[in-house]
Amino acid sequence: MEHQKSFSKRKLSITFKWEWLLVILIIGISVVNGRLSSHFWSYTGIMDALSVFLEKGFMVLSMALVLIIGDIDISVASIVALSSVSMAMSYKAGVPMAVAILIALATGAGCGYFNGLLISRIPGLSAIIVTLAGSSLYRGIAYILLGDQAIGGFPSWYSYLAWGYIGRTHIPFIIVVFVGCAIIYGLLLHRTAWGRKVYAMGINPVAARFSGVPVAKIKQIIFALNGLMAGVAAIFLTSKLGSSRPNIATGYELEVIAIAVLGGVSPSGGKGGIVGVCLALILMRLLRYGMGLVNVPGQVMMVIIGIVLIGVVVFPNVFSSLKVRKREVKEIQ
Amino acid sequence: MTNEPAKTKKEVAFSRLPGFRELGIIIFIILISVLIGIRNPRFLTWGNFHDILLDTAALFVLSVGMMLVLVTGGIDLSMESVLALTGMVAGMMVKQNPQLSPLFMLLLGLILGALLGSITGLIVAKGRVVPIIATLSMMYIYRGITFIISGGKWINAYEMPDSFKGIATERFLGLSKLIYIVLVVYLVFYYFVNHTRIGREIYAVGSNKEAARIIGINTQFITWLVYVISGALSGLAGVMWVARYASAQNDTASGFVMTIVAACVLGGVSITGGVGTIPGILLGSITVGIINNALPMIRVSPFWKMALQGLIILVAAIVNIAITRNMEKSQLKRRVI
Repeated sequence: MEHQKSFSKRKLSITFKWEWLLVILIIGISVVNGRLSSHFWSYTGIMDALSVFLEKGFMVLSMALVLIIGDIDISVASIVALSSVSMAMSYKAGVPMAVAILIALATGAGCGYFNGLLISRIPGLSAIIVTLAGSSLYRGIAYILLGDQAIGGFPSWYSYLAWGYIGRTHIPFIIVVFVGCAIIYGLLLHRTAWGRKVYAMGINPVAARFSGVPVAKIKQIIFALNGLMAGVAAIFLTSKLGSSRPNIATGYELEVIAIAVLGGVSPSGGKGGIVGVCLALILMRLLRYGMGLVNVPGQVMMVIIGIVLIGVVVFPNVFSSLKVRKREVKEIQ
Repeated sequence: MTNEPAKTKKEVAFSRLPGFRELGIIIFIILISVLIGIRNPRFLTWGNFHDILLDTAALFVLSVGMMLVLVTGGIDLSMESVLALTGMVAGMMVKQNPQLSPLFMLLLGLILGALLGSITGLIVAKGRVVPIIATLSMMYIYRGITFIISGGKWINAYEMPDSFKGIATERFLGLSKLIYIVLVVYLVFYYFVNHTRIGREIYAVGSNKEAARIIGINTQFITWLVYVISGALSGLAGVMWVARYASAQNDTASGFVMTIVAACVLGGVSITGGVGTIPGILLGSITVGIINNALPMIRVSPFWKMALQGLIILVAAIVNIAITRNMEKSQLKRRVI
């Protein structure tokens, strides 16, 4: 009992450290951004800066769960494309927009469910290969459906989702939805027995299975959730862009994984939390905002995001191996 | 003592398996060729076959590199970007200095690719980053660098000297020079993988990393090495690609990593490591090449290619697992008797 307590305490202190670091970085980047642009330090400026980016946030929340159980999903960007295309095509075919939105959600959840089904039911089939194939398959289906075209002309209320504000408060609608989702995910992961099982799976899947955790079922649910959130992201992204094309959201998988890992989620599983992930989301957005101010092209931003991702994973590894070496030296002495 | 007979039987089963699966692929290739030939007789001509080989040349080379990485249990998504970056550098160099010899350009591709691969290898082996995350990042990083050095511009056919384009267009004994490059790569790697110590160590690391480390194999070095090799081969393929299509672009081979993985998985390479043969990926690559060539010939829209590739990877991976499981089952049965 006491051992357990000290373990959770230690873990708590580690996550605290990481999250404080993120907060410091956020403040640092905000100061730089404020120097670069005089419009940055205003209530509306910050709200708008944050809301532009948030469709990725939905994907980050569920990607954190996927990474915590020690898996990965690189098909999310393609699921966004397929969901968006299927929504746009069904709207063009005469389906009411509200139903088309449900179709997008169902498409996303369906793709995720299919991923999860293969990964959890066929032992030996890794998430890497399934989602790699999925990233080609889903975007390929989007291309088959729509070809090289774009579909636009959605009803005017649809653009409210990404661009609208709540009443006269200047709080973007998307931020409210995101905060709601983040709270649900946070409670699910940190305050329920189900959440503890997710961590148990990430730390040791075999031990988790033998202690009665329904590993296959949870994996199935998490991948389906990840697909569903990609569907949610597709709705907001399409609303933001005003049109749908098969090549939207390319490269999102890197950024979503990078944000989750930056938020303290370990890609080898078992570590991380929703608070850190949300802070990392803000940090990445401010970083992108700043880079946008100094006219960094999108391709170069991807280079920087890639370097950040590798750096975040490499540094703790090198640090811990140095620590181990020091301990070994001490023991020898 | 009791283990010894089981081990020999295991070896028998292993030697039987590749033959069985390669025969399966050959039958599949013949079947698909005949079916497409019926719909479009032009498919079954020597000229078209030569075209298929030319278009698949880069894939042949790339799948060797990917196989070695997969055998160690990793994956290298950055190959397509290394290809694009070296292709762009090679294109820019021959644009400025048209007198450079094609052989020098091929060597340059190898070396530059090996350098880029060694960075990825260091991150995976020394930095202990999960291969998929490291190579996904490097994929975007190298793609971005390609964009930066080219300034978003293309290198077009008229800017390249004929000697450079000759790598693909010049023929020797009726076959394009590209095909001889592929041949050399396959002979070298067939020998390397099967008959050298380091080649066998790659398989040892992939089969059981911990055991390999304990018997004294430098697993970090082997892990690093496979990324260097896959980088070098991507660089070589980059020069071949630019010479073949006579243009270097920022999005050269974008998404091509799926094709490489499809060729490897079709050829029986296991994603979990330890399994994969040179004849296997030769057949896997040619199958993917034939399918890609045949789609326009039977008037299937090119938009199908992407989805089809995803499907091929999925089905082939599942078939691989089913075969392995059957094999293990029959082994167990034999052990009981």
